[in-house]
Amino acid sequence: MHTQLEYAIEAAGLVKHFGRTRAVDGLDLQVRAGAVYGVLGPNGAGKTTAIRMLATLLQPDGGAARVLGHDIVTEADAVRSRVSMTGQFASVDEDLTGDENLVLLCRLLGYPRREAKARAGELLDAFGLADAASRQVKTYSGGMRRRIDIAASIVVTPELIFLDEPTTGLDPRSRKQVWEIVRALVAEGTSVLLTTQYLDEADQLADRIAVIDHGKVIAEGTSSQLKASVGSGALHLRLLDPAQRLEAERVLLRALGTPIRLEGDPAALSARVADAQRVAHALTELSNAGVAVADFALGQPSLDEVFLALTGRPAEDQTDDDAPADATTEEVAA
Amino acid sequence: MTATTIPQPVAQEAVRTALSTSARPARPSGLSTSLTFWWRAMLKIKHVPEQLFDVTAFPIMFLLMFTYLFGGALAGSTGAYLQEVLPGILVMTVTWITMYTGLTLNRDIAKGVHDRFRSLPIWRPSTLVGPLLADGVRYTMASAVILGLGLVLGFRPGAGAAGVAAALGLLLVFSFSLSWIWTLVGLLMRSDNAVFAVSNMVMFPLTFVSNVFVAPDTLPSWLEAFVKVNPITILVSAIRGLMHGQPVGGEIGVVFAISAALVAVFGPLTMRVYRNKA
Repeated sequence: MHTQLEYAIEAAGLVKHFGRTRAVDGLDLQVRAGAVYGVLGPNGAGKTTAIRMLATLLQPDGGAARVLGHDIVTEADAVRSRVSMTGQFASVDEDLTGDENLVLLCRLLGYPRREAKARAGELLDAFGLADAASRQVKTYSGGMRRRIDIAASIVVTPELIFLDEPTTGLDPRSRKQVWEIVRALVAEGTSVLLTTQYLDEADQLADRIAVIDHGKVIAEGTSSQLKASVGSGALHLRLLDPAQRLEAERVLLRALGTPIRLEGDPAALSARVADAQRVAHALTELSNAGVAVADFALGQPSLDEVFLALTGRPAEDQTDDDAPADATTEEVAA
Repeated sequence: MTATTIPQPVAQEAVRTALSTSARPARPSGLSTSLTFWWRAMLKIKHVPEQLFDVTAFPIMFLLMFTYLFGGALAGSTGAYLQEVLPGILVMTVTWITMYTGLTLNRDIAKGVHDRFRSLPIWRPSTLVGPLLADGVRYTMASAVILGLGLVLGFRPGAGAAGVAAALGLLLVFSFSLSWIWTLVGLLMRSDNAVFAVSNMVMFPLTFVSNVFVAPDTLPSWLEAFVKVNPITILVSAIRGLMHGQPVGGEIGVVFAISAALVAVFGPLTMRVYRNKA
């Protein structure tokens, strides 16, 4: 019957406080089954706390949520047998080898000894870790660690997988590998909820995105909808001669029609652009006006820019739910 | 560190294959998962053998130090003192190393792997019961070290091997039960240092202000009163009696009652805190 399920997650008004801090403050979320849902927010926005509640690791102080049709409080066990969770910190045992970690999880999930061994081998092969199978996980690189972590989450195929900042701290190549794995998961019918601090990651993977801040959803939609409200990106320019900056500002203002920001670097300026097409036009105008450009870059809007657009202030790094488990409370309150 | 050179499309294909082959096995019993966690603790000993230092060097040091320090003064000779003090040191050492249970748990949780364990559909206490069973192996090793060295130094248990085995059994039951205090402390404290400090604060008076080193009737009466109700004293009396073949049925009964009470109180408390651990 869960194949008919429309929503993998339905959360209404979830609240969790640590001491005086409301880490999650009335969170509403609707995540369609069979899709990737991205939760975007800065450190301390409450992403991890929200995921931990949905994965039944934390009891909410208020509100309610159903995961795959089961209440996260009263039917926690049913939820646990259908979801998997990959935490922000390695949720594998660093002292054990890759193989031992997977065998351990296979055994805990009910595989008999021999089948556990076989399943572990299968997963190590699939994730390109066969060569490292008998090494302790603490010797793994960041990318390998992530892969063993995700492998551990799919020992039995979950209907929903929580990935908490799956690519934070990874090099670009490992990052792409994790993205490939996520796509493979979805292709096999698993729903994915991932948290991230990178808009481009949410853009690459997620069908829908919720932007959260101070434990609340402040914007929700597809990545195109979100970008439409934010602007598709930013143009960053450096001039050869700082003396021409005011001239450049005037030309750009006319060509782009958006406010131009003068950066700390006296030769640099930047502007939000709604439409990348106009950038080419703006650059031509600069050249016509005799302003020499040293280099320019057109970037996706950063999380900061998203926040600036949505909240009128930059994303604050509050590091509440990124701190290790029990250090959570004080820092935010301070 | 580039262990993988598999091109992406292949990896994706492989991951999809790995996903589609898995059928969910039947849910394992609480006993089975506890034993799996026991196995994990054994693997950790294999990978980090240094952690056995406290169950090997520590007991040797204790036994030699106290036997030769106090033997002459308290019993006239080290040989005579050893007969009384060895069972006491055995209890002291093993109950003392129970506090590593809390330390280990605290460090283990700080690393994040318990998030995964707690998100699994298993009998939750097995995550803690497994390591406690593994600690039983450590306690047995510490006991073997003390008894082995004791026999060399001239310890002669009157009740023979059977008496010693019964004594060890009782000690293991009590230590397992006592460990539940440390699991709770390990969960409540923010750092392993704090766990260490609290455990020491409890264990110092419990083990030293007991009948391990001196007979209680040599003490001032207020201290004697404490010593007599100290569970460690009762346990030491029971262990001494079992080893030397004296009747200690009453003490054994009390030790079992205390053990049951410790588990009944600290077991559920521990699980309650564990369940809501942030």
